[in-house]
Amino acid sequence: MTEPGVVAVVKRDCPTCALIEPVLQDLVARGVVSTVHREDDDDGLEASWHLGIETVPTLIRGDERIVGWSRSQWEEFTGVSGLGDGLPDYQPGCGSRTAEPGLADELAVRFNGSTLRSRRVELAELEDEAEALFDRGWTDGLPVVAPTEARVLRMLSGTSRAPDEIVAVVPPDLVECTVEKVAVNAVMAGCRPEYLPVVLTAVEAACTETFNIHGLLATTYFSGPVVVVNGPIARAIGMNSGVNVLGQGNRANATIGRALQLVIRNVGGGRPGGVDRATLGNPGKYTFCYAEDEEGSPWEPLSVERGLAADASAVTLFAGEGPRGIVDQASRTPDSLARSFAGALRTVAHPKLPMAFDALVVVAPEHARVFREGGWSKSRLREELTALLTIDGGELVRGAGGCDEGIPEALGSASWPKFRPDGLLFVHAGGTAGMFSAIIGGWINGETGSQPVTQEVKG
Amino acid sequence: MTRVVLDPTGERSPSSRQRVDRPASLDGRTVALLDISKARGDKFLDRLAQLLEERGLRVARFRKPTFAKVAPVDLKHEISTKCDVVIEALAD
Repeated sequence: MTEPGVVAVVKRDCPTCALIEPVLQDLVARGVVSTVHREDDDDGLEASWHLGIETVPTLIRGDERIVGWSRSQWEEFTGVSGLGDGLPDYQPGCGSRTAEPGLADELAVRFNGSTLRSRRVELAELEDEAEALFDRGWTDGLPVVAPTEARVLRMLSGTSRAPDEIVAVVPPDLVECTVEKVAVNAVMAGCRPEYLPVVLTAVEAACTETFNIHGLLATTYFSGPVVVVNGPIARAIGMNSGVNVLGQGNRANATIGRALQLVIRNVGGGRPGGVDRATLGNPGKYTFCYAEDEEGSPWEPLSVERGLAADASAVTLFAGEGPRGIVDQASRTPDSLARSFAGALRTVAHPKLPMAFDALVVVAPEHARVFREGGWSKSRLREELTALLTIDGGELVRGAGGCDEGIPEALGSASWPKFRPDGLLFVHAGGTAGMFSAIIGGWINGETGSQPVTQEVKG
Repeated sequence: MTRVVLDPTGERSPSSRQRVDRPASLDGRTVALLDISKARGDKFLDRLAQLLEERGLRVARFRKPTFAKVAPVDLKHEISTKCDVVIEALAD
């Protein structure tokens, strides 16, 4: 909106505004300044908020702005010479009232709250906030942050996407989920606004046909969505890829994974005992999200291996169970260490069941060092593991080894790889001390189950 | 001040919470009598209170500010925390 003439924004308790008041009056009298917005009344405050004023006094003409008092600047801007006789040449301005702590949030709700479309729910004065949100069935069992209008508006500042844009159709109820609904759940999960683009991308990736969150939710199996974050955004929002990477304590890791699960629960309607039929589940179903340590890795990042540019930020979703450890403190050659990996990987789901379950291996720095020093690329490791894990069918058939589980007798004459060709993923992460890695076992893989999905994070 | 939060769900069901099941017996329960402020509703509720108290039940009385509007959330919350069942009477 371009107003004719110059627009000024001032407030009463700013010494600079008081100082230049006679100048302003002079410019109004000359017809140079057409409008003066004073932040001391509601109309002025609203105008200031919509103009995005940070400092008073501000003079505006079209897209040009100057702030504070500088005689030469004001003379050039207004085209009037000899302004402010007797005043100092220069005096900085003050902060706008619209940026005052407390007031800023209130103004956002007052002037921008009507853009939010979610149903408003009133809590009684005597109702404990945490208890009220539990009672409505909106939580994962842990307390959530109350999604007030002010908090949701602040969360939405983390993305350039419109609040009413549809992000995904969320199973199991197949509900169209807007950016706003994701933001509401991200607030509840404890996210900061800058995490929102990652949460939005994770929701999009989860709700693809390929990832199949519906089946993953409904299964009796242990697994849930595991989110791996790559690229610059992981560092920018302070994600953990180091010490205790799969554990607690980092806000971004903890809340992004949780926000995804809350969207599935609240928007999609997927709840334990309802469509979620897990026999045991796993603690990662509260939240399971971490970043790859790309800098210290001997290999290309997961997202690059899966086709994205090195400077792109990305999430990869994997249908995974809880992590289990691989301990090998003695191997100093990749051949030896690969045998430890193979022995542990064979047990994914069951040592006699091949090709049915993928695995995501989190290789910690001290194990990665062995592969780096041995000159093994990721694809070399995958090839060697495939060879080590190609198992004689006789060992796998039902009844072999005195165990009834296994593959049908008819398949016993061939050899079978434990993992399908693209069924082994590797991520480099973890603390620098400890010759450990971790296996995150998958769920039913391929087109009949879930396949990993990598998607670029955009603003 | 009443606090407002945004509904995080797909909004496919009412935002109000589900009613609890009716108790099999009123023994030992506290019964709320909610007067909705319609004329002579109090007469009806006075009689009900008398009958309930004769049976040894505890009775708590509440009143809506106006029959033309839904009960304030604070009133509903107070009833839910103090009583086990509620009788809401419409009288005309």
